[in-house]
Amino acid sequence: MAKFIIDGKKIEAENGATVLDAARENGIEIPTLCTHDEVGSAGACRLCVVEVKQGNRAKIVASCLYPAEDGIAVDTKSERVMAVRRLVLQLLLARCPGSGLIQDLAEQMGVKPEPRFTADTDKGKCILCRLCVRTCEQVVGVSAIGFSFRGADKTVGTPFHENSQVCIGCGACAYICPTGHIEMETTKTGDSRTIWGRTFKMATCKVCGRYFAPEDQLKYISRTAGVPLENLAVCISCR
Amino acid sequence: MKKDKTVEKQVKEIVDRYGAEKSSLIAILQDMQGAFGYLPKDALIFLNEVVDVPLARIYEVATFYNAFSLTPRGKYLVEVCAGTACHVTGALTLMERLERDLEIRCGETTGDGMFTLEQVRCLGCCSLAPVMRIGGNIHAYLTQDEIPKILRNYRQ
Ligand code: SF4
Ligand code: FES
Repeated sequence: MAKFIIDGKKIEAENGATVLDAARENGIEIPTLCTHDEVGSAGACRLCVVEVKQGNRAKIVASCLYPAEDGIAVDTKSERVMAVRRLVLQLLLARCPGSGLIQDLAEQMGVKPEPRFTADTDKGKCILCRLCVRTCEQVVGVSAIGFSFRGADKTVGTPFHENSQVCIGCGACAYICPTGHIEMETTKTGDSRTIWGRTFKMATCKVCGRYFAPEDQLKYISRTAGVPLENLAVCISCR
Repeated sequence: MKKDKTVEKQVKEIVDRYGAEKSSLIAILQDMQGAFGYLPKDALIFLNEVVDVPLARIYEVATFYNAFSLTPRGKYLVEVCAGTACHVTGALTLMERLERDLEIRCGETTGDGMFTLEQVRCLGCCSLAPVMRIGGNIHAYLTQDEIPKILRNYRQ
């Protein structure tokens, strides 16, 4: 058990918990973009910054990674924290001016685009948080996507930006992406969906006849879980 | 067809040197870069078959480091230092002259496959500024007038 203080409140947290975990447990809100229960934290978006005071030292840290330690005093809304958070948002906004979520966050925090940060036009809505890549690797187990190049040229996508041979079209990356950067299109009838430039045929449910999952995904589940394909032919609602 | 066979054979040899593990990836890619002069796409795809690393991860590493190139490099790599000392002593003029004389932009390779022009951060010999390195040789205290002669020497 770690005993410490958040926003003046005495708090106990389990060993191994992060400051963010402890704050959430106690109903203290900290905005985040890139942490997720299933794949953990990577400290990429920096929106979750807080101020940690230890003795007479104070520092700005990412709460999603910083361990809850005995005796620290955490401030989640001090002027210093808010100034850093607004700057982070300012930069995210300049990178992804088209992201509704970032626009909303900026508005909530009173952040307006500043002329000194020239807005990007070629980054889409991607903040390079890596959530999609981590999900594809850790949850789906496929690793169809990754980052390429670095610095200002870094982008997310499939190797060589071509159709991935291992992608199963599950759409987990599109689902997890906080900003909606990844596009997945489904035809009107639902017989196929397109993601990362590749089109996947959808399978119909044996009972209700509706399209419910990409054939490649069912084959993948059957192969990795050792379940015969026939057992996967019924959608969740009919099971 | 025959050419592909040798690519595969070469990749296999390199992999055997370090073991088909994730932790060997960078060493393998370095040797592949050395053997082919760049990282050919089919070689990377084949590497993915023999090493237990997803292609997306291989591509990540291959594009991250400047030491790796996905496009063929020329026989000689021309690296113009853009570190602080070289910058203030005229690295930009050198680069401009090289671009003009080689008729390529920074990052490109000449049509005859002789030179690839690149900018690097610091070559570690600031007292010799401005410097460029061609095929591993340092050319020190350079002025742009010397460039045609130097290039001619390498062309021979
Ligand atoms: S596409 Fe979305 S989830 Fe993936 S790195 Fe970009 S913002 Fe994060
Ligand atoms: S949630 Fe902590 S850095 Fe993104």
